[in-house]
Amino acid sequence: MLKITNLTKRYGTGDPVLKELNLTVEGEQLTSVIGSSGAGKSTLLRCINRLVEPTSGSVVLNGTEFTNLSRRELRTARRRIGMVFQSFNLIDRLTVMENVQAGRLGYISTWAALTRRYPKDDIRRAFELMERVGIAHYADKRADELSGGERQRVGVVRALMQRPEILLADEPTASLDPKTSEQIMSLLRDLANELNLPVIINIHNVTEAKEFSDRIVGMRYGRIIFDDKPAALTRAEMDQIYAGVPAQDRAEAGAAA
Amino acid sequence: MSATSDTRPDSWRKPAFIANPVLRYALYLGALVYIVFTLATLPIDWDRVSDGLSRAQRIFSGAFPPSFDRAGLLFDGFMESLKIAIIATVGGIILSVPLAFMAAGNIAPKPIYLLGRAIIIIARSFHPVIVAIIFVKAVGFGPFAGALTLVVYSVGFVAKLLAERIEEIDFGQVEAMRSAGAGFLTTQVYAVLPQVMPRLVGLGIYQLDSNLRASAVVGIVGAGGIGATLANAFGRYDYDFALAITMVIVGVILVSEAVSGVIRKRIT
Repeated sequence: MLKITNLTKRYGTGDPVLKELNLTVEGEQLTSVIGSSGAGKSTLLRCINRLVEPTSGSVVLNGTEFTNLSRRELRTARRRIGMVFQSFNLIDRLTVMENVQAGRLGYISTWAALTRRYPKDDIRRAFELMERVGIAHYADKRADELSGGERQRVGVVRALMQRPEILLADEPTASLDPKTSEQIMSLLRDLANELNLPVIINIHNVTEAKEFSDRIVGMRYGRIIFDDKPAALTRAEMDQIYAGVPAQDRAEAGAAA
Repeated sequence: MSATSDTRPDSWRKPAFIANPVLRYALYLGALVYIVFTLATLPIDWDRVSDGLSRAQRIFSGAFPPSFDRAGLLFDGFMESLKIAIIATVGGIILSVPLAFMAAGNIAPKPIYLLGRAIIIIARSFHPVIVAIIFVKAVGFGPFAGALTLVVYSVGFVAKLLAERIEEIDFGQVEAMRSAGAGFLTTQVYAVLPQVMPRLVGLGIYQLDSNLRASAVVGIVGAGGIGATLANAFGRYDYDFALAITMVIVGVILVSEAVSGVIRKRIT
């Protein structure tokens, strides 16, 4: 269970990007976070594994408080959170297998990592997962030789290699064409079920969010203003989430405060 | 319709480089005055120029035809230069890689970054000839001084450009490694090194080429190699041998430049 309490993130001295945000994700549900650009979706995900350092608040994953871990503790704790990125963030010049094994870098020794002596179990698991998503025959190919959808599959497998307790996906389909995008979304949903893995997805495509998720969270300027089942997301709610220009919205927020 | 088209301008000129016309013409005039003034006051002694011309003629007539009688000496000098260049390139790159990571602002913490930049600036601030003079004083005449000089020269160049390449990397890959819980060294080797590898190889090949050229220069101040052979030939007024050496240097540089150009084109 992931429990986020009073999470605030402020860059510099400006208006906070996340404002006292609370969110709890349990079970193997797939949660989609929607909201316009600048609503703080990306910052929210990155605050969970502290790629972005939260200003205040608490993030607890299955009993571990993440916000006050030391650097070393954080490194070990990050293994428990898998992450998938919009631009895949694969290492283009390395093979698919090396990219997949990169998910194990938090577990194996530096020497084993540098010499590419991956443990047998990891290699077996890599092939198993790659077969599951249909990229096993690419193991020896360079990552930049693959198509967008294949590359994101590598990204997903890399995250799953961590044997994570939760999977974060930051706009995993935004760089893909509609058909590939749907394939990746249904893959994420199926994997969430198969592996009993809670998944949080930032997504721009509301239709896909409604189709594939168990729960939709709507964000607007650092706050959660909608949190319910996809069916409950009405036209009016959508307008709430996406309406308004940033300047106007900020002015309103300022006036209220 | 026609009324509006009449009001639109039909001529356009590129905006002047300096918008203010007074400032612009003042600058042009200033530059012109400066050039005329410096030309008028240049301390050129025309007698010495004509003396020099006849001396140059003597040197050139002494140089023709080039003499390859001491080809053995020439070959030895070249092999020494080549060895200096290879050792300096390998040594320079081994030192440059960690230094470049230190001097990359997006990777290294501030104090390390400043230290790395400082080392690079020091390595770059002196021309190889000056460094060579210091090393010749320190370790004596010969190829060792040359190799040390070119290591410094290589570090200044390779580390600086590699550091700049590291600062341009796609940081998403680093984020991905961090989010998997990878350690510092592993992150560098997995996420950064593959991205900068083509540049590193390119720089290494260019540096080998450049070191070969520079080894001829630093040899003149006593740091061994073909430069030392050339300096000796001049010292003994063997202008024909000196011309032979110069021709071979030009030939070798041309070949090495062509080869390194081809290799660098292939690897990217």
